[in-house]
Parts: sequence; C-alpha cells; structure tokens
Amino acid sequence: MNSHVKPASGEQVTRETTDLSRRSFLIGSAACGLVLGYAGMPDVALAAAPANVEPSVWYAIAPDGLVTVTCGKADMGQHIASTMAQIICEELGAAWKDMRVQLASNDPKFNDPVLGAQITGGSWSTMMNFDAMSRAGAAGRIALTDAAASAMGVPAGELVVRESAVTHPKSKKSMSFAEIVKSGKATKTFTPDELKAITLKTPDQYTMIGVSVPQLDIPSKVNGTAKYGIDTMLPGMVYGKVVTPPVRFGATVKSVDDSAAKKVPGFIKAVTLDDKTNTTSGWVVAVANTYTNARKAADALKITYDNGPYANVSSETLQTEAKRLQAETDSGQFFVKDGDPAAALANAAKVVEAEYTTSINIHAPLEPMNATAEFKGDILHVYTGNQFATRSGAIAAGAAGIDPKYVVMHQAWLGGGFGRRLDADMTVPAVQAAKAVGKPVKVIYSRENDMTMDFSRPLTYQKVKAGLDGDGKLIALSHDVVSAWPTARWGIPDFLSPSADKKGPLDAFTVNGADFFYSVPNHHVRAIKNELAHNATPSGQLRSVAPGWTFWAVESMIDELAHAAGQDPAQFRIALLDGKGANDGGAQRLRNTLLAAMGLAGYGTRQLPKGEGMGVACVSSQERKTASWTACVAHVAVAPSGEVKVKKLTVATDVGTQVHPDNIHAQVEGAALWGLSLALYEKATLKDGGIEQTNFDSYKPLRMSQMPEVAVSVIANGEPATGVGEPAVTVIAPALGNAIFNACGARVRGLPMTAEAVKAAMKA
Amino acid sequence: MATLNINGHNMSVDAANDTPLLWAIREQLQMTGTKFGCGAGLCGACTVHVNGEAVRSCQTMVGDVAGKKITTIEGLSQKGDHPLQKAWIAEQVPQCGYCQSGQIMQAASLLAHNNNPTKEEIVEHMDGNLCRCMTYSRIQKAIMRAASEMRTASNTSSDRRPT
Repeated sequence: MNSHVKPASGEQVTRETTDLSRRSFLIGSAACGLVLGYAGMPDVALAAAPANVEPSVWYAIAPDGLVTVTCGKADMGQHIASTMAQIICEELGAAWKDMRVQLASNDPKFNDPVLGAQITGGSWSTMMNFDAMSRAGAAGRIALTDAAASAMGVPAGELVVRESAVTHPKSKKSMSFAEIVKSGKATKTFTPDELKAITLKTPDQYTMIGVSVPQLDIPSKVNGTAKYGIDTMLPGMVYGKVVTPPVRFGATVKSVDDSAAKKVPGFIKAVTLDDKTNTTSGWVVAVANTYTNARKAADALKITYDNGPYANVSSETLQTEAKRLQAETDSGQFFVKDGDPAAALANAAKVVEAEYTTSINIHAPLEPMNATAEFKGDILHVYTGNQFATRSGAIAAGAAGIDPKYVVMHQAWLGGGFGRRLDADMTVPAVQAAKAVGKPVKVIYSRENDMTMDFSRPLTYQKVKAGLDGDGKLIALSHDVVSAWPTARWGIPDFLSPSADKKGPLDAFTVNGADFFYSVPNHHVRAIKNELAHNATPSGQLRSVAPGWTFWAVESMIDELAHAAGQDPAQFRIALLDGKGANDGGAQRLRNTLLAAMGLAGYGTRQLPKGEGMGVACVSSQERKTASWTACVAHVAVAPSGEVKVKKLTVATDVGTQVHPDNIHAQVEGAALWGLSLALYEKATLKDGGIEQTNFDSYKPLRMSQMPEVAVSVIANGEPATGVGEPAVTVIAPALGNAIFNACGARVRGLPMTAEAVKAAMKA
Repeated sequence: MATLNINGHNMSVDAANDTPLLWAIREQLQMTGTKFGCGAGLCGACTVHVNGEAVRSCQTMVGDVAGKKITTIEGLSQKGDHPLQKAWIAEQVPQCGYCQSGQIMQAASLLAHNNNPTKEEIVEHMDGNLCRCMTYSRIQKAIMRAASEMRTASNTSSDRRPT
C-alpha cells in the first residue's frame, strides 16, 4: 500500500503492524476441534463451549487431525489459500496431507490483518499475511506441545513437532495432533504480547516454506468439482439475464415493453434496476425459470433508453480531452515533486519529449460476472466470487436498501479475477431481481454484457519530458499522467492519497510506479483526472494497475534517453540505479535483478541477425514499499510488414523469500504473458459511448499459438516475501517496445503495438 | 422433455430442442464441471464430447444430440484418473481453473486419436481454448506427459501375453 493510504482500521500500514494490539489470539479446544484465530474480546477465549467461541478463525484442527485453514483472501488462481495453509503449516508442524482450505465469508473477523478489510489485490497477500499466519501456526504448535507435555508427563522443551505428531525422542512417546485434540487439553491462550513474543523459525529451519507442495485447490479443478460463483444452486432459484444499454454509463431506461417476453415460457418478470449505489445505469433484468428462458426473454424485451450525457463520447474524444488537460499548467496534482525540472530542462544539453498512450483494456476473466442473491428472513445472502467482500457487501446492501451488517457474502473460487472482481456490479441485478420476485435469483452476464460493462483498465495519456546534461546524465524528468481515476470511484477516502502540492487527494493507483527507483534530481509526476473518461467509462483495477501504464512510459523514455545519450540502455539504467538517498536498497536490488535477466538472456553477448533485437526494462511493484524487483529482456524479430515475432521473454524477479517456487514460476509466467497480450493484442475502443468489442472474436487475449518461450529466474535472497501476481505484467510492454526499436529503429509509443503501428513507426 | 445420454446414463431434462446443451447440463442437470465462457464457440470452456468428438456445448442444441453419447468432465474417467487429469495434477496446470475442464476435454479428443502428438499438433488442436491465466505451457507439458503415459500403457498391454 501507499504509505499515505490508511486502511479501514485506521492503523499505519507497515509489514510489522497487525491487529495484534487490539485483539486476542485464542486457542480453545472442544469436541468440535481446536480453533485458532483472533477474537474481538479476550474473555471469549476462555469460554469452553464452542458455541460461545467467537469464530474468528484462521484455522481449526478437527479430532481427526485435519487442519482446515480459512482463507480471507480471494483465490483467483494465485493459490493464495494454499499459500496461507503452507505458511501456517510451516510453524504448526502439520503434515501437508492433513491441510485443507476453505474460503471466508465477509465477516470482519476474516479481515486482512494488515489492511483491516477483505480486499485482494496489489500482490499484497503473501507479504501482508506472512507474519500473522506464521504466528497463528506457531501458537498452535505451542498449544499442542504444552498439551502433549502434560499428557506425557515430560517437559515441553524436550518435545519435537513434525508431520502432525508431537514426539518425545527420549521416551519414544508420541501423540498425533488428532489424539491431542481429542484429549481436550489444548487450551492455552495467547495475549497479543505473547503472540508477538513468539520466536518464529529462521529460514534455515524451514521445512515447508520454499517447497513446491501440491496446491490444495488443484485436484478439484481437474475433475469439475471446484465450485465457482456461477455454480451456485439454491432451492427454488430462478435465473436473471441482464440487458445492458448501448452506452457504458449514463443511460436511463425510458420504457420496457415485455409483451413479447411474456410469450417466452417460464418468463417471470422484467426488473428495471433502481441502482442508488450508482454502480450501474440503465440496466434491466429478465427473470425466468431457466437461464435459457431468461436469455430468450431478455432478447424479447423492447427497451427504449435515454442514452445520457456520454452518448457521443469515443476513444478519440477521451484522448483529445486528455491532451487538453495535460496542456493546462495548473491541472492535476503532484504525486512526486522533487527539485525543479523546468529550470533543469532549460539548462539541459538535450531534451527528449514524448507522449505514451494505452488503450482501454478489458479484464474478461473466463468466468463471466455472476451473482446469486437470496433473502432469508432479515439476512441477504449473496453468492459470488469477489475480491473485495468488504465493499461488495455494502454495495449489495445498498442495492437492497438494507444495512450492510445484514449481508452475508459467500465466497467461491474465482474463475479469474485480475481486478475485475473488486467490483460489485453483479450483485445489484441479483439483489434487486431477488427482491422483486421473492425468490433466489442467479444472474449470469452474457460475455457481451461482461465485455461492454467491464470496469476496464482506463485509456491513458502520458507526456514525459526529460533532460540530459553534457555527460549524458539524466538531470530532470517531468511526467504527466492523465486517466480516469478508478480507485476514486470507490468512494473510500482512505484509498486516496494526499498530493505533494497539497491540492487535495489524488488517486495514487493511477500514478504508482512513476515514483521509480532511479536517481533523478529533478523529478515531477503529475496525476491528472480525466473527468470525462472517469464518468463515461467507469474504470477499474486491472492486474498490476497503474504500473501497467506508468512503467510503459517511464521504461520507454529511459530507453529513448539512453539512445539520445549514445549509451547502452541496460548500462544507462544501471548507472541510474545508484541507490542514493531514499532509493538505497531498492535500487540495488533492481539493478541486480536487471543484471540477472541480462545474464540469463545473453544480453549483449552476440550479434543478432538483421531484423532482430533485444530490449530491456526493469520495474518494481504497485507501491515502493511492496516491491518485487522485476526485469525483462525481450528478444524479437520484426518483419518489414511490422509484424512482431516474440522469440523469447526472459524475466528475473527478486521476491525476497520464496514460499512456493513452482507457484512463483507459474504466476510470473502468467503475468508476463498477460503483459505480452496487453502489449500486442488486446485493445478495446469506445464509440458513441459504448465499448465496441463484445466477445473473444473482437477482443483477443493471447492464445496458445501466440505464446513465446518464457524463461523465468527467481531471486530469493532472504529478504521478506513479496508478491508475484502482477509485476511481470508491467515489465513486458516496455521491454518489447525497446526490443522493437533495437531491431528496426521503430519507436512505438502506443499500446497495443500492432503491426500497422510498428510499420508506421519504421517510416517515421 | 428430452432424454440425453450423459456419461453412460440416460437423463431426462425439461428443455426445448433449441436449448444449448451447455445450459441443460449445467443448470438443469446441475453438472457444473462444464463451464460457460463466451456463448459463441470462441473460448472452449464448455467443451464436451459427443460420440467421442470434442464439441462446444454452447453451440450444440439439445435436439441435435438425442441418442448420442455425451461425455462431460465428470464422466471422462471413473475416479478422475484419466491420464490427462493425472498429468494436469503432476504439472500443476490450473491457476483459476475455470477453463480447465474444457481444456482437458479438448485434449482428450486429441489423444484418443493420436497418442503421440507433436507440439505443433497440440497447438493446432488446442488453439481454440482460451486460458485467461495463460497456463498454456503447462497445458502443453501435461498433454505430452499424458500421451507418454498412454503410450507406455498401450505398449504394456500389447506386450501382455495370454497366460
């Protein structure tokens, strides 16, 4: 997180800070098993009956010895539930075969111990939960050990915990976890101070961390039994199909003629949404007994719209507006304000100026958005795979007109998240349809609904102006970023950041990454909100968020500067990563990572054939404090037609500590291929206020035939574990752009880099 | 009312002939291993077998499959131990997992005809199946692994002599 972002709990966000100061960690054993977690009230920990135990648990050990971890993070394929289990398992001393996982509801007791809310993103989960899960695991081990010591009549200090058993080597006595739980003796409780005082294992003692154990969710994902939100089945449930208007936002429904829909068998009702949360606009839900009939009825509805204020807006309009805003000297707020770039540029030996753009991009997780809502008494139950249960529950409540405390969010495996499921739009039609028909309703978007109503990665326009002194040294860089402000849309002040020029809060999730680790004495970054884009194309957080565009601009510009200075682009970067001042530590790690990627790729070691080139880029993560140091060497061949063949992507990443090496490889490879897909293939456009791409024939994520060789090298140097889901997304586009330039001299400054764009740049 | 033969069982489903097979299987018979991805035959998440051939169930109507043998991920093997399913676990292929039923069913139709595919043949056969997590390299490895296991098994069985 940004240092200035306050979590919901109001605490400072640092790795060291958890909720331990306010909460009691409890261990109480009973017939139902050993329950470990954080309780709101310390005295609850003393209650013996399980019914009285505040069930704010991270894991429970059952009398059969099975350890079930409750994961408060959304698992969208990053295997975070398994990772949490692995961290707990390390300190607990359980056998991996005894570990199970389940997904948490939106109960605040499952809030992230650092963030104080249930939100999954930012590649934050492992780093922010490592300490809390380690301590939870260790506390369980101590409680079990103490109970075994008393049962065996031996000193606890002589006991060894391994593979779900506590053994006393001297006497050869042994008790399994199951036996200890059944004994009812594991009653030790921990105060916050005692928890903090637990000495955790040092890395040389690890037997689980760093081991690629089988992911616990995978078996269910190869036999069809894994349950996603879309697989929800409730008794008496009916189906909803949304009809979305021709514009992305701002439409209102003028009239709904359901006369033809009424002829569809099983049709129940057409519900026009009244969305006071302002998440949707102009949506209607056709409700019927089956999904097929709901679709038929939806198709049969005749709806007239007022298309609202953005019906004439297009991608070009948004871009023009962005340029207009950037040209104003007093627009936006400063995210970084070091030195005086204007003055330095006036005296620079060379000035390089360039515009970089990215198009609208669609998340398109393969599981289309869906939600099932059921009112049961006073409680609204919502079943949907979601990355932000804390806020989504509130949106569902808003759609229902009830207090959020009466909403239970039921989590499922996410059929892809990528940031799309941070949003809660899918709950609105489900809730309002369920309310209207008095039955549970499952709403499933068509792919067309899903694509045209995506909370997309916003279209961005960036202007960078930089200056070199007579020695080719970078002395000034001024960077303006114009975009919609996705995070401001959430309406949560704590997620905004104060501006460096004290002009009010800014959305740092549009400029993160621009506060890079290069030493540049005069450095300004201005965040400019494109209000028109913000309103016409409500946008969201897409895997890697701002660094997906800020590093595109920065790492392209650094290459342009290296060229202007007549220096090798990699060596130019290494010189800038000098670790001076606030960059100390981070800059050196990034430099080393870049060197690793260069070595692995054979950068600069041989003459490449004509038409081929290598490009480098190096990045950190969303926030400086959450960095995973990542570098890429891209090797491409560019045809005279402008067609780019990616021969190889070599990615190195410094993650501090590897919890699960195989998973890190999988995440980094997947992220890199996402980066490639966004860099070359994925493009959405706005016309007449609507997204033009509706399915995978017009919006084209990478397919198997387009996959290049990807080499991944992971650096684990013993620093704390960092996240890996995102950084490799951001490093690819600039590395490719720089490789294309190296191959043929064409500098492409807009994403995606199509063959036409490359060919046009060759001529320029 | 239609009768469908799915995974060796005749099942009655209250669905009109123009109902996509996908929705009859998923929502009416509640066999949810088969996934909805695009509704247009562009992503492959809904792949099932009809008489042994991989088809997109979102583009196949209930009326067209009466009397034909339909196989879904739930029926690919008795115990989830088809060589591809074992290989998918061995290679730790799935990330979000949503596309993987379709990937496995698509791959199974390849290996049924060709248990020694080249990488190019795999790519050609699998290119219609999107994986948004981009697990493509592991999918390839898992298909190669399963093919190898199937070849070993068939060699062993052909070598076996009557006793």
